[in-house]
Amino acid sequence: MNTKQLFQTLVAPFLGILLFLAIWQIGAPKIVTSLGAVPGPVQVFEQFTGLIDEHQAARQKEVEFYQRQEERNATALAEDPNAEVSIRPYTGKATFFDQIVTSIVTVMTGFVLAGFIAIPLGIVAGLSQTVYAALNPLIQLFKPVSPLAWLPIVTMIVSAVYVSDDPTFDKSFINSALTVLLCCLWPTIINTTVGVANISKDLQNVSKVLRLSWWTHVRKIVLPSAIPMIFTGLRLSLGIAWMVLIAAEMLAQNPGLGKFVWDEFQNGSSNSLGRIMVAVIVIGLIGFALDRGMLLLQRQVSWDKSAALR
Amino acid sequence: MTTKHTDHLLISQVSIDFPTPQGPFRALDKVDLRIEKGEFVSIIGHSGCGKSTVLNIVAGLYQATEGGVILDGREVNEPGPERAVVFQNHSLLPWLTAYENVELAVKQVFKGKKSKAEMREWIEHNLTLVHMDHAMHKRPDEISGGMKQRVGIARALAMQPQVLLLDEPFGALDALTRAHLQDSMMEIQATLGNTVIMITHDVDEAVLLSDRIVMMSNGPAASVGDIVQVNLPRPRNRVAMAESVEYMRCRKAVLSFLYERHGRKTVSVSVEDEEVQPARDNIVTLKPSTAKAA
Repeated sequence: MNTKQLFQTLVAPFLGILLFLAIWQIGAPKIVTSLGAVPGPVQVFEQFTGLIDEHQAARQKEVEFYQRQEERNATALAEDPNAEVSIRPYTGKATFFDQIVTSIVTVMTGFVLAGFIAIPLGIVAGLSQTVYAALNPLIQLFKPVSPLAWLPIVTMIVSAVYVSDDPTFDKSFINSALTVLLCCLWPTIINTTVGVANISKDLQNVSKVLRLSWWTHVRKIVLPSAIPMIFTGLRLSLGIAWMVLIAAEMLAQNPGLGKFVWDEFQNGSSNSLGRIMVAVIVIGLIGFALDRGMLLLQRQVSWDKSAALR
Repeated sequence: MTTKHTDHLLISQVSIDFPTPQGPFRALDKVDLRIEKGEFVSIIGHSGCGKSTVLNIVAGLYQATEGGVILDGREVNEPGPERAVVFQNHSLLPWLTAYENVELAVKQVFKGKKSKAEMREWIEHNLTLVHMDHAMHKRPDEISGGMKQRVGIARALAMQPQVLLLDEPFGALDALTRAHLQDSMMEIQATLGNTVIMITHDVDEAVLLSDRIVMMSNGPAASVGDIVQVNLPRPRNRVAMAESVEYMRCRKAVLSFLYERHGRKTVSVSVEDEEVQPARDNIVTLKPSTAKAA
């Protein structure tokens, strides 16, 4: 690695971040809101450690809660072996880190489900002009709709259809996951269709000469050819999904990072702005990590290791 | 191989129209050709004359508008492995190794007929035939253009086709690689005795490899213009051949057909002739040095 490369790959990004932090630190205190001055990076970092402490305290409380419950039940059983003991789950307030986990699980659920629907549909639409003609108007109509517009409809339908005395999943979880699913469908379908429709004519001829069955054709020729485009669609989807999910959580008060941001905003303490900024940075980092994860997966799955993957 | 005069492959009155906004465009008009078993036939013509279209119709990839193709008494109307095609740009699946590319074809053709071990042996046998046994487990992007084309030929041969269709198989290769592959092709043809139809635009290649050279007239409505019988004994040696009178006769016949009788209307005949003349001189001047080298 020569000096120029070293500068470009290590020093330049570092300088960029440093400059950003400096402007933030200097500029932030000059803006005074109803919740106090806008926190700078140092204060935001303090809020971050505060959130970690809060999380650890909550975990400690949970452990203690179960200990107390166990001891209580043990003494009750010692006095009277037939005593009825109750085991209740701990119901503390979800911490920042609980909300992160909830959001990631939700986005992945909706995303994976959408993949299972969109990739096969895209393949069929790419292979058959008729199916494409049938699907295209629907895709074009629904693609520009903000998934948030779906949220009320999804909420109403889920509460009407998903009726159970002992639900495996929370309704709010299903609402959020379905909203994510709806926004993941379109980019994945469109990109898969384009990828499948653009398979080299020569490879299609090879398949015809060999008289490959439909299924072998899809497995051996269509899927490997279309993998780069499928991944383009998936990465676009996941990026949009993550943004939409946060907004949906804010709007519908479904558990997750979006709810955390909204709760802090409503809370309006002197710590709130700092905590929201922690959330913003974490949301960004997770979005970045999700995209990198998809890239790693693409490298694993794709045959073309030499292709430039960005 | 067989001297018995049977219609192994019959291309009968084949015409094809392609739809265009201005109405149907007749690319081929009444192409007639009989090919015997084991015969090596080249189809030569200017680019755009529809020679690849003829091959695609035989392969079953295009449907003739009129007339048809009959192989061993059965009409051809869809593609199939008994008419294996070697495409111009190799058409290997880039995500599979050379071995796996051939394997895909072998599994498809010999499913239930060969055991796993037999299949493996057959795949390796065919890759050895084209001298690719040393790079069996390499992907297409790890081997040279000539090697890719060899694998393409191995894949076609592994289907044990009744007719081998070569669509300008060596067109995209450099001259030395092309010569190597032509030699390999002659070697394979001598061993297996396949019926081969080869599309080419290279006059020397056509004369060197073929039993007969079919020359196509220019389109639209292209057809078989003339046929040259190449009466050269096999095995043929490209260096020794350069002196042969028969070789020169065939070469001249093809050249005069292509550039004098069916010169491209857009290019003046004299320019084309100038291009041809030095090429012929080259062979004469090269002769002593190559003879010494050999």
